[in-house]
Order: sequence, then C-alpha cells, then structure tokens
Amino acid sequence: MEELLRELGPRTLAVLVRRGAELTAAEDAVQEAMIAALAHWPERMPGDPAGWLVRVAWRKFLDQVRAEQARRRREERAAVEPAAGATENEDDTLLLLTRCCHPELSPASAIALTLRAVAGLTTAQIARAYLVPEATMAQRISRAKRTLRGARLDGVGDMGTVLRVLYLMFDHGFTGPVDVAQEAIRLTRQLAAADRDPEIDGLLALMLLHHARRRARFTDAGTLVPLDEQDRTRWDTVMIAEGVAILQGALAQDRLGEYQVQAAIAALHDDAASAAETDWPQILSWYDELVGLQPSNPVVLMNRAVALTHVAGPHAGLGALDQVPDGVPRRTAVAAWVHERAGDAVVAASLYAGAAEEATSQAERMHLLTRAARLQG
Amino acid sequence: MAKYLLLKHYRGAPAPGDEDFVPMDQWKPEELEAHIAFMNHVADTLRERGEFVDAQALSPEGTFVRFDGDGKPPLTDGPFAESKDLIAGWMIIDVESTERAYEAAAFLSAAPGHGGRPIKEWIEVRPFLSEPPAVD
Repeated sequence: MEELLRELGPRTLAVLVRRGAELTAAEDAVQEAMIAALAHWPERMPGDPAGWLVRVAWRKFLDQVRAEQARRRREERAAVEPAAGATENEDDTLLLLTRCCHPELSPASAIALTLRAVAGLTTAQIARAYLVPEATMAQRISRAKRTLRGARLDGVGDMGTVLRVLYLMFDHGFTGPVDVAQEAIRLTRQLAAADRDPEIDGLLALMLLHHARRRARFTDAGTLVPLDEQDRTRWDTVMIAEGVAILQGALAQDRLGEYQVQAAIAALHDDAASAAETDWPQILSWYDELVGLQPSNPVVLMNRAVALTHVAGPHAGLGALDQVPDGVPRRTAVAAWVHERAGDAVVAASLYAGAAEEATSQAERMHLLTRAARLQG
Repeated sequence: MAKYLLLKHYRGAPAPGDEDFVPMDQWKPEELEAHIAFMNHVADTLRERGEFVDAQALSPEGTFVRFDGDGKPPLTDGPFAESKDLIAGWMIIDVESTERAYEAAAFLSAAPGHGGRPIKEWIEVRPFLSEPPAVD
C-alpha cells in the first residue's frame, strides 16, 4: 500500500495544483489525505483509490483555505468543488514538473523540489542522497517553494528547463540509498508518456543508453573505468535495445534536437562490440550536427575534437582543441589524451597531472593520476 | 548543490587583514565572547538558509602520525616540530554556487576581534570532491 501511495501522492498533488491550489498548501493537504488513507484503506479499500485521494485532499485543502479568516469570503465563493469523476489526466504530471523546474530556481533547488513534489520522495530520503542534514534540505525545499509563490507558469516555453533539470538530476544521480538517476529516468518516462515531443524521447533514450553501462563504469574497488576499457559484457543489452528503439521513434519525427543527437552518439558507442569497432566517422558527423544546434557550446566543440582525433588523428584533434577556450571542464584531460596519442608522453603526463588537480570527483582524480603515473613509468 | 569546507587556521594562513592584529590569547574576555557570539550567529544564519552541514572546533594540538612498518609503533613527528599548519576548526556548507561559498566565508572572516573590529582572518574555502557525473 505504501508503494501505491507513493505513486498516487504526486499525482494527487498535481491535480490540486492544476485546480489552482498553491504548492505548499496543496502538499499539506495531500499529506493529510495520505494519512487518512493509511488509517482507512486497510479496513475498506476504495474502488478508485486515486479518485478517493483527490477528493479527500481537495476537501482538506478547502478546509485549510476556509480557516484563513482574512480571506474567508473570497475563498468561500471559490470553494465550489469541481464535479468528481475521471479527472485523472497525465498532463498534470507535466504541469507539476514545469512548476518545480521553474527557470527562476537554481538547478540544485529545482532538483530537490522535483524529487519531493513529483517523485514523492521524503525530505529525509533526498537529504540522504545528497549527504546533508535533513534540516538543510528542508530549508532548501521551502526556500524553493517561497521563490515559486506567485510565480506564473509560462507554459510550453518551460519544457527546455524541465528537460535540463531532469538531465542534471540523472547526471549527478548518486548511488546512495536513493538512486536519483533512477528517479530521473522514471520521471522522464512519465513525461514521455504525457507529452509527444521527440526531444523528451531523445532525453529518455540518452539516459537509458548511458544507464545501461553503469555496472561497467567502476571496478569493484571503485576505480573509474573509461568507456574504451569497459567490460562490454556487463552492459545491460535489454536497456540498450529499449533506448535505441525510443531514439529511432524520435528521429523518425524529423525534428532534431540536442538530446536526440547525444542519444545517437551514445547509441553508436553502445552498438560497438569492442572499443576498436566504434563507428567514429558517424559519431563525428553527429557532433557536427550538434555544433550546428549549439554553435557556442564549448563542451560540444571539445567532444567533437575527441571524435576528430579518432577519425583524422591527433594532429587534427589538437587543431580542433585550439578552438576550445581554457577553463572548460576536462579540457586539460582531453588535451592530455590527445598528446598521449600523438606520442608526447612527457607532455601528456604533465597534462594528466594538471587535469587531476582540476578533477571534481575522487574517482576521476585517481583515474587521471594513474594515467599520469603510467606515462611517467 | 555543492559542499564546501571552510577552514580556519591557527598558523599557515597569511596574517589577518587587521592592521594592528593581536593574537587571540591577548584579547579581553568580552572580546572573546563577542567573537564566539558572532561565530554562532554565522552558523545560525547558514542554518536558516539551509546551507549548514557541520562545524567543529579543533584543539591547537596536532601531531603528524604515520605507519612505520609491521610490529613497530606508529611514527610521530615528535614533540618539537618546528613548523606546521594547524587547522583551528571547520565548517561544512552546502550552497548553490562558489560565489555563495565565498560570501559565507567572508561573513565568517568578519568576526570581531581585539577592540571589536573585524579581524579579517583568512578562511580557506575547499570544494568537496563528489561522485563523477554519469555521462562520459
């Protein structure tokens, strides 16, 4: 039953928000309705649990609103309960997501709020995932809600923000007690089911195609394993097949976007039986597409330089890397790798050591130091 | 969300920015009290903002220790080490941006000292290493 409530909670919240309830008040009302459900359902399970929750939560919300003396008259007029019935609508998830991923919030706050309101995780669970005290996370979430109070929904234009927040959530998904990357996939799936947009499918495909490699990304000792050294038998082929199928459906709509392109690149990696069999010319042409979509994104230019190195050799790679400004994350590591391929062991070793200083994770730092040490050997 | 360690040093950091800096052991009791009250105020403010993770003060005593081979007692640097940096205490914060971390550190650095003036102590700001991102 807890599983069911966890799924229904955010959906109920979405319905209340769609009907115009303020997020904080709506959340309180849903909490109370869920407590009521825990008390009543074991005795008598309603035929339509989702409808039951919406009805009770809406009533609780109205009670709250009525209790506010100052606004009494206006609220009494507004307190006309909409007709009960099959109001469940998948678009509500989308609405709630758009609100939680509002452009005025920083990505960090948007992620926390989304995990709370849309994924239905408890504040304690989110705090554990991000290794901070519960009070710290509670403050962050309520600050995010304060920022949103009175903010208006800007509709369709916000989809870009929603996708970016989901992508960041996936990208920084810790493998703690709560798997945030898994939550990001779950939410993107819901979004894809609610809204037909090839970029949503592209993002979902991208996540699946990366997630499929997860088991091979670290040794048992926790060392990072780069893509070309991963044990490909540990990749999840079922997940790869699903990602590829979703991507093909998206590409067929002929409305190309950055996530579809990135997913196409990931698919080409996943498709190679060994690193040596990777279809680098095709990956390079996808990077050319990506440069066309995001001409001023230095990270894209840098990744293109890697593909170019594979296709045309380190000399061409270094030339392309010259176009990438200093200070782009991982630029030093990429430069080290290209120099290594060019046979400049000494330069490469010192660049790897420099890149290790800039690394933002322990696993990455150890990996780069190991590379430097091997070349100095 | 990124975590930063704000480090206070006993030694090793540059001299504080207060022109006539007086070491803490020569402050008046009320000056010490004001200093501690301010530090608590900083922590409370960070707590209210949802940025506080942890804070601890450390004793000025510190010994470097290392493994010295099987069956041997651990090697220490002896009681008369000539110079070493010592951490006076730390605060861990979890903030939205590097700029915000610097702002919090500057706030901490403004703690009052001798004569009630801000001592402008140097605070070292160190980002935590995190999990690597999932995307290659």
